[in-house]
Amino acid sequence: MTAILFIEQVLNGLQFGVMLFLMAAGLTLVFGVMGLINLAHGSLYMVGAFAAAAVAGATGSFLLALIAALAAAAAAGAIVELVVIRRLYDRDHLDQVLATFALILIFSEGTRWIFGSFPLFLDIPDYLSGPVTLPGGIQYPLYRLTLIAIGLVIAGGLFWLISCTRLGIRIRAGESDREMIAALGVDISRLYTVVFALGAALAGLAGALVGAIQSVQVGMGEPVLILAFVVIVIGGIGSIKGALVGAILVGLTDTLGGLLLPALFALFMDNSAAQTTGSALASMLIYILMACVLVWKPQGLYGARPA
Amino acid sequence: MTREGWINAALYAGLLAVPLWAWATDEPFTITLATRVAILALAGVGLNIALGFGGLISLGHAAFFGIGGYAMGILASHAQSYTPLMETPFLIEGTKSMPVIWLVAIAASSLAALVIGALSLRTSGVYFIMITLAFGQMFYFFAISWPAYGGEDGLSIYVRNGFPGVNTLDPIQFFALTFVLLSLALWLSARLAASEFGLALGAARQSPQRVETVGLSPFRLRLTAFVISGAITGLAGALFADLNRFVSPTMFSWQLSGELIVFIILGGVGRLFGPVAGAALFITLEHVLGGLSDYWHVYLGLLLLVVVLFARGGIIGLLAGRRVAHD
Repeated sequence: MTAILFIEQVLNGLQFGVMLFLMAAGLTLVFGVMGLINLAHGSLYMVGAFAAAAVAGATGSFLLALIAALAAAAAAGAIVELVVIRRLYDRDHLDQVLATFALILIFSEGTRWIFGSFPLFLDIPDYLSGPVTLPGGIQYPLYRLTLIAIGLVIAGGLFWLISCTRLGIRIRAGESDREMIAALGVDISRLYTVVFALGAALAGLAGALVGAIQSVQVGMGEPVLILAFVVIVIGGIGSIKGALVGAILVGLTDTLGGLLLPALFALFMDNSAAQTTGSALASMLIYILMACVLVWKPQGLYGARPA
Repeated sequence: MTREGWINAALYAGLLAVPLWAWATDEPFTITLATRVAILALAGVGLNIALGFGGLISLGHAAFFGIGGYAMGILASHAQSYTPLMETPFLIEGTKSMPVIWLVAIAASSLAALVIGALSLRTSGVYFIMITLAFGQMFYFFAISWPAYGGEDGLSIYVRNGFPGVNTLDPIQFFALTFVLLSLALWLSARLAASEFGLALGAARQSPQRVETVGLSPFRLRLTAFVISGAITGLAGALFADLNRFVSPTMFSWQLSGELIVFIILGGVGRLFGPVAGAALFITLEHVLGGLSDYWHVYLGLLLLVVVLFARGGIIGLLAGRRVAHD
């Protein structure tokens, strides 16, 4: 294993991590502000990817496709919030799990109905394809590098939004005491819709961006959703900072585990046995990481509020 | 008998009558459907002990279902190929005997439930839901990436395993086996709910502080319930694998965990026969709606939304009326 391969994998892990962050940020905001567990967040990711693939197919413009992904996911999020989610805020978690599970069934089968079962493809635009040479002579795909940059910019923007804007103040106030800010004259139900649509838009954007590397298909959202759950459990539910740290930790663990574990086992096993044991263990590694974090800190790394 | 008692009796009789009638009119497919209902209801009865009685919303019960399934698959595949499971330090052979497979399935899934429960029950609420979900996924990915037992393709078992004195290949006799096990689990679950342990568990759901004040540990009560729950679901997994003569990582999939919860909600949370009613309705819907449209999950989703939003208490709650308000 060379240093170049290692650095490439670190970058891959980082790219995976920031995309997970886009998903986890929405989930953690929705839980932090509204106290709602939303399994259908993965469906919004899928909606974003399908909207992007459809618009890119019709117009050929990747930028328009991204805008469509943001708009479609935000609109889907707002509609779902107004029709269903809003009735769930004062229900227990079991009802929330069930209702959002039902939403997954509706979204997934509905999408299959409209677009069919075959995966769609979303192409990387010409100006973002091909490798770039990084300092040290490492060749790395420009598109993945762009994803890292977009992810970090959005993370920065989100921190700014939460800490410096009026909307952010209201979101934080809604997290700590919803009756109080309602009494102060903030339209709490509109705030909830905005937060939900914001989370949905981030998920949709992640779906479109990742959709260009992988294929766009029904059910693409759920594996990512579950990883995003792992991320926010590690980071602490309700904490954006926790979501960022958790996402990058999970991204790096997953990518580097697949590389390092087989190599590690090869030191004291024969090669093929090391490959199978290493890769089987690597697929479980992030869950083991999660279990370790939980034993050490049951509320997650940055979680303060008891769930 | 209370109204719920009558409904339970009707459900129980119905689950027995449908396959018998199908047997009399020579409709083996209907018998297989009824067997599926009985097995999935068994898994639901297991989950109901954690979820209904204990209030533990586990979104990872597919882990135990899958472990039961793989216990059957691994033992039977070794017996099928006449290779021992393990030679050192002592010899373990595969087996095609159902009772042995059931015991192994129960032991393996209890052990897994003990470990998962001990870690997950350190937390509660949303954390618990997400963590059980994540552990379920861990087994799913492990089953996919471990090539020794079929990996992603799963394992096929050519002949259904045997039970002394029963021809398990005959659908009605296999149904009878599953029905007896379901009855035992229902009996156990009823006894459990009425026992001191069941009462303490219910109390720990409603008010953990008070339970602690009288000197009981909510953590222990919940962990015990979780292990019993995992064991029953594991047994159902072994039966399900035997019904299909096939095991694959989809038995670990999180959709299955979701569906198990759906059975309980459709039937009625915390009701003894809730999972039976829910599983029966689910399989019927799958069969009827699945025949009408390839996209029947849309209708299932809509139905589920309506039940959650407007008809809380499920079928049994709807028919029997609200018992004492729980929680």
